[in-house]
Amino acid sequence: MGKFFAITILVIAILSAIPIVMHTWEAPADISTHGHLIDEQMSETMAEAGISFLAAQLLLAFFIWQFSNRGTESKLKSFPGGAKALVIAALLVVGVEVLALGVFGVKAWADVYLTPPSASAMPIQVQAGQFAFYFRYPGPDGKFGAIHPERINEGSQEFFGLDKEHDVESRDDIVTAEMAIPVNKEIHLLMHAKDVGHSFFVRELRVQQDFVPGLDVSLHFTATKIGRYEIVCTQLCGLGHYNMKAYLDVLSNDDFNEWMKKEAAMQ
Amino acid sequence: MSKKHVVLAGAVMLTASAVALAGPAGGTVSGKVTYEGTPAKMKPIDMSKEPSCAKMYTTPPLVETVVTGSGNSLQDVVVYISAGIPDDAAPSNAAVFTQKGCRYIPHVLAFQVNQEIKIVNEDQTSHNIHPLPKVNREWNKSQPPGTPPISEKYDKAEFIPVKCNVHPWMHGNFAVLKNSHYAITGDGGAFSLVNLPPGKYTVTAWQESYGDQSQEVTISGSETKTVNFVFKAKPY
Repeated sequence: MGKFFAITILVIAILSAIPIVMHTWEAPADISTHGHLIDEQMSETMAEAGISFLAAQLLLAFFIWQFSNRGTESKLKSFPGGAKALVIAALLVVGVEVLALGVFGVKAWADVYLTPPSASAMPIQVQAGQFAFYFRYPGPDGKFGAIHPERINEGSQEFFGLDKEHDVESRDDIVTAEMAIPVNKEIHLLMHAKDVGHSFFVRELRVQQDFVPGLDVSLHFTATKIGRYEIVCTQLCGLGHYNMKAYLDVLSNDDFNEWMKKEAAMQ
Repeated sequence: MSKKHVVLAGAVMLTASAVALAGPAGGTVSGKVTYEGTPAKMKPIDMSKEPSCAKMYTTPPLVETVVTGSGNSLQDVVVYISAGIPDDAAPSNAAVFTQKGCRYIPHVLAFQVNQEIKIVNEDQTSHNIHPLPKVNREWNKSQPPGTPPISEKYDKAEFIPVKCNVHPWMHGNFAVLKNSHYAITGDGGAFSLVNLPPGKYTVTAWQESYGDQSQEVTISGSETKTVNFVFKAKPY
């Protein structure tokens, strides 16, 4: 019975490792400048954890095979040094592994969050609300007009509560339901939630960020490939969460300028 | 004897048909609803988050908060008798509110207290209709595609904004009224309230952005009185 169990453990371990090693389910192609660091981090984590997992399962299977039919009286070998040494060894091995991954990953995180956006980055505001994303571009004056929450009226498309009558900076603001950006241009995303928690996730961009009500979150990235990608909400926000998405269009400079003109005309 | 009866019967029939062909009994209040000034620009609606609805339009539809018509007319204005007439029992037919192309059709639905309303979903996507009353009971109901119409009614008169919890751009209005004398203006802004017995009435016109206006009118017989409403439009 014990030997059969040992073999089962081995088979399960190997079967679960096969799709990872064979890259059966690959992430979609990375279209960002920082994404490769995240993908490398993912591969390193998989390798480290994977090898540790296989080694542990192999050891476990070996011990079961070797010692499963011993009587209840006999004792297996003790860990050299006793329990104290075992705990210290475990702390060291796991600690080094986790620390190493952290050190490798710090650059990926810093690139998106801790370094300031370049001065020429394009600011785009994203507002997440039940159950749609709306975007705002500052317009030719480069300034975002004030948001007046009491003036928000979705029935008349006033999603940001702008007061175009009294706030001059909001008159040229361009509010859209789709996010278009020029390729190879750094984008500075300014994010806030209108009501509850949401999350902005574009898997090809390797960008995922929660919206926390009350917080203004900021991140920056650069897209490197023209195309149409999905922005999905990945934080359960209510009964329409399944339907909450928007589209990201990465366009050439000319196409982007044309798109801006078209959107400005519809304001 | 019989000849006299024939003549009498004929006279009765003639009078009866004359009365029947005379048209609606009572007076009529009719007129037009127009605006002065510049109304706000109605923005196009971007439905890209719901591709099954977005593909139904070649050009994006416009917001319907203020719908203008020919000759500076205002459409979707509810004109009704707000005072001077007793309440009417609710009719047996249902008023229908349709969700199609991720919009509410009609934009303003007028019906009576305790009259049944039927909410229909003709789209490929789920909707969650959420009327926002202040006096009546508030509810919202999910309606996946292909499910039967929702049946509801309101027991108090009120103007109720309606939204969809899933699609933020969807917006409409319920006008729950106490009597059967109401009309909603179309292109041209004309309305006609008929069958009014003699009396002194208050006629009220309601527009969702501009609020309401009232005028008094007296009907003494079967005449037609003209009452016009002019709303001040605001550019913002």
